[in-house]
Amino acid sequence: MDDAALRGLTPATIAILVRRGADFAAAEDAVQDALLDAMRAWPDNPPRDPLAWLVAVAWRRYLDAVRADVARRRREDLVDADPEPTPVAGVDDTLQLYFLCAHPSLTPASAVALTLRAVGGLTTRQIAQAYLVPEATMAQRISRAKRTVSGVRFDEPGDVATVLRVLYLVFNEGYSGELDLAAEAIRLTRQLSGAIDHPEVSGLLALMLLHHARRAARTRPDGSLVPLAEQDRGRWDTRLIAEGVEILQKALARDRLGEYQAQAAIAALHADAPTTEETDWVQIVEWYDELVRLTDSPVARLNRAVAVGEADGAPAGLAALAVLDPSPPRYAAVAAYLHERAGDLDRAAGLYAEAARRATSTPERDHLTSQAARLNAVLRQGSGDTRNG
Amino acid sequence: MAKYLLLKHYRGAPAAVNDVPMDQWAPDEVAAHIKYMGDFATRLESTGEYVDGQALSPEGTWVRYDGEGRPPVTDGPFAETKDLIAGWMVIDVDSYERAVELAGELSAAPGANGEPIHEWLELRPFLSHNHTAVE
Repeated sequence: MDDAALRGLTPATIAILVRRGADFAAAEDAVQDALLDAMRAWPDNPPRDPLAWLVAVAWRRYLDAVRADVARRRREDLVDADPEPTPVAGVDDTLQLYFLCAHPSLTPASAVALTLRAVGGLTTRQIAQAYLVPEATMAQRISRAKRTVSGVRFDEPGDVATVLRVLYLVFNEGYSGELDLAAEAIRLTRQLSGAIDHPEVSGLLALMLLHHARRAARTRPDGSLVPLAEQDRGRWDTRLIAEGVEILQKALARDRLGEYQAQAAIAALHADAPTTEETDWVQIVEWYDELVRLTDSPVARLNRAVAVGEADGAPAGLAALAVLDPSPPRYAAVAAYLHERAGDLDRAAGLYAEAARRATSTPERDHLTSQAARLNAVLRQGSGDTRNG
Repeated sequence: MAKYLLLKHYRGAPAAVNDVPMDQWAPDEVAAHIKYMGDFATRLESTGEYVDGQALSPEGTWVRYDGEGRPPVTDGPFAETKDLIAGWMVIDVDSYERAVELAGELSAAPGANGEPIHEWLELRPFLSHNHTAVE
């Protein structure tokens, strides 16, 4: 059993301990200990029933912790109750754990950290490394999150939209250090789709798969970004694309559209096109219209202007851009792109430089800077100027 | 989930409200200030928002490459350099608003007469390492 499969047993094990009467925070700690035990013991001595093994070890760990706690507090009557011997965990329990870890009382950062630990089975150290904070800080963030949800009933109904937002955040963190958070987000979303039948869960899973399919083509060996139009489409993962498209089609057939399905539909249209020129930009604009209607997101409006520029020509794209709020950092980048397509290289070069100053990530900044440099070199050549002359 | 740098300046920041050099404070005022800074970091760790904090010596050296096979050129320190960093704290917070709130609290560290210094701190967002996967 590989590491991900072992960690996949985490939510069920926690849920069983909670059903037996353990409080969530203590159960979660005990299961983390049991996971570490399993990683040590299983390679030489694989259990016949991995879940039963984990439950037994975690329960023992839990009782040890409670006994130590009781000894401290001199209250012996807490540990007398004997548990049900058979582990039973349904998909409902796994779903409840997702809801608890994405509870609306948690901040996004806390919900992400708690989800990665209690649902994902990752260690505090792994999560801390992925998010580039000290382990002590991440440990506090997680224990605070557990305290925040300590009063929440385990079977309290939850909102799947909050869970999807958390998983989307994890996915967008991408690849950081040793931990592949995008792959982890896909695993957790896949597991969620087994626990609840919901078109937006399918939509998010499809979106993740379709974007993940482009990962190898999206960056050069030096880490720099390759824009969609310049990507080597032969390097896209056709297996992931096929799976994403199939999941998306089933979800769309249910006629309960949501933002993730709309985003996945756009990704699927890109995936479907052999080249940028052959992309169905008219349909992409229509999906952006849906996305703007569903989310009112400024980023969706900006991306729509780019798509309009491809579908109806750069002047149309610029007209669509002109009515938008210029405050998002991405605005200058979109304006630069559309002005270049419209042939105004001078304006585009200045806008790329401005966009680089407003970028929020280093790969994006470096990409925009090199776009500005590329246009400035063209402009110098055009005017007979040379940089050192 | 964004990291911010809180930069504290020896020189180059606008003047603080309670602008008395530290060596002019009473010893217990210095102790109270140091304790405030330590408590602040500890509290941020307990809220899961602390990343790093360092202080810098005001004495530094300017260094530059001087060509193949030659040792680097060193110069300074330059007394006339306008901007002199004293130290920093790095925080990892949910929002810009939270970063501003924390910088305000750090700026309230006690100085002369036990009164808040009201010093200007520079708040700078980190660029993330990852380009958002979803374009």
